[in-house]
Amino acid sequence: MIKNISNLGDAALYCNFGEEVNKETNSNVIKYFKNLKEKQIEGIINLTPSYNKLIISFDLRKTNFKLIKSLVENLDINQTYQEDSKKIKIPVCCDESFSLDIERLEEKLSLKRDKIYENFFDKEYFCYMTGFIAGMPFCGDLDKTMRADRLETPRVKVPKGSVGLTEQFANIYTFESPGGWNIIGNTPIKIFDNSKDINPNLVSPGDTIIFNQISFEDYKNYNE
Amino acid sequence: MNSFEIIRAGINTTFQDYGRNNLYHIGIPFSGAMDKRNYILANSLLNNKIDNPVIEFAYQGPLIKYKGDKISFVITGDVIFKLIKNERAIEGNCYENYTIEDGDQIDIISTNKSVYGYLAISGVFDLKFQWGSCSINTKANIGSNNGKKLQNSQKIDILNINSNQTKKKLNYINTKIERIRVIKGTNFDYFSDEGKKIFFDKDFTVSKLSDRMGMRLEGPTIKNIGDTNIRSEGLIKGTIQIPADGNPIIMLSDHGTIGGYPKFGVVISADYDKLVQLSPGSKIKFQEIKLSDAETLFKLYEMETQNLISQLK
Repeated sequence: MIKNISNLGDAALYCNFGEEVNKETNSNVIKYFKNLKEKQIEGIINLTPSYNKLIISFDLRKTNFKLIKSLVENLDINQTYQEDSKKIKIPVCCDESFSLDIERLEEKLSLKRDKIYENFFDKEYFCYMTGFIAGMPFCGDLDKTMRADRLETPRVKVPKGSVGLTEQFANIYTFESPGGWNIIGNTPIKIFDNSKDINPNLVSPGDTIIFNQISFEDYKNYNE
Repeated sequence: MNSFEIIRAGINTTFQDYGRNNLYHIGIPFSGAMDKRNYILANSLLNNKIDNPVIEFAYQGPLIKYKGDKISFVITGDVIFKLIKNERAIEGNCYENYTIEDGDQIDIISTNKSVYGYLAISGVFDLKFQWGSCSINTKANIGSNNGKKLQNSQKIDILNINSNQTKKKLNYINTKIERIRVIKGTNFDYFSDEGKKIFFDKDFTVSKLSDRMGMRLEGPTIKNIGDTNIRSEGLIKGTIQIPADGNPIIMLSDHGTIGGYPKFGVVISADYDKLVQLSPGSKIKFQEIKLSDAETLFKLYEMETQNLISQLK
């Protein structure tokens, strides 16, 4: 399943699962990720799954590239791991105060906003990876009519809870951060809770998420 | 109760330890002390557990007033500081432990031609740990002190103090490194031959826009002949990304866990501590080396650190 393994520096393994990004490639990444995570192998200190890559960081004091490479190559990946993927509903309000790039999207996609909302909401999206900033989930794939480029100039500050679109992906800004995605709305729920010791992130790679549109009233009255 | 009162917080003063592992997949980087050798030496000079939290400061450090029973402290790095006892100021030396008593002050004036310094005490700061570490990541507000840098007039409680320290001193000088050594990255071939040659031949300058997340470089630009974006994928510390403008950015301990710029190379583990100490305006030169050499150099670097520690036993 891994097409190619190389070293990234002297303390990480770079596993390439293929150039095309789709759910199948990513499921393989996640399979390896979960398998390695569960095994808690001595010396491995971080795993970063993404669309089609898995980066394995290790402690160079305890192990090295050659050892980890052979371990990964001989991994019994068919062994079942705990299936813990979830289906999560995420309420999103598209009030004008939140829907920062709706006019840009209308123009780029040549669609009226009602059609944009119709094409985006109540559909299942797959979480490919989380990261960049804590807990940010990268989900896809968006309908073919919904694919817009990043902003030419990224915003210095994207408000916390913003839901953004770029190419075939959607994500959620878990806290205020710079960013260049097209903002369609805002969710009142906490996607990343740093008061939680275990599972601070609501969405994990492999989960399915569904965005539901809510009114401004519901947004204001939302209680988790 | 024993405590530190922060009279002046300094520029970027945080609590740090070894950092946190196994959270890259949810977007949380290692953090931890930037210069691990100086962090380890600080604790070793006080017979502390090697992973005891310390205060890390950058450029200008804090001015601290101590309240409580006799305690020892040490400062590591290349740091100019004073110890003020009964209104008399004494010049302090790094890598030498000092005893302070109620009312004494430590004035960390600045780091000298370097960035980070460390203050350790023969006690334990009363801190909240988050995912196994007190390390503060100010960008994500993670770690002790609510994830924020230390503030003026803040008070920090100190527990389990050891008042009976033996005097310890280490003769150690933070040598500057001639060339930062680099292993080719996974997108090395995205760059022109001319660009590769420039990268390993010319001088770069560390930009002012450098912090615990990353180090930006100024100087010659490296031309991309492949694609200026890649599919977003994981990063590790030391990764040298080169975006479309051709100016390299090196990922440091608080970096974003995912990035979409081509990876030109990765700084070897043995040179990381020296890399982070290069202050804005410093010249920086790179040298390409093989993985096997990088592994050997790391073993040597670790041995050197262990030798320094054993001199203190």
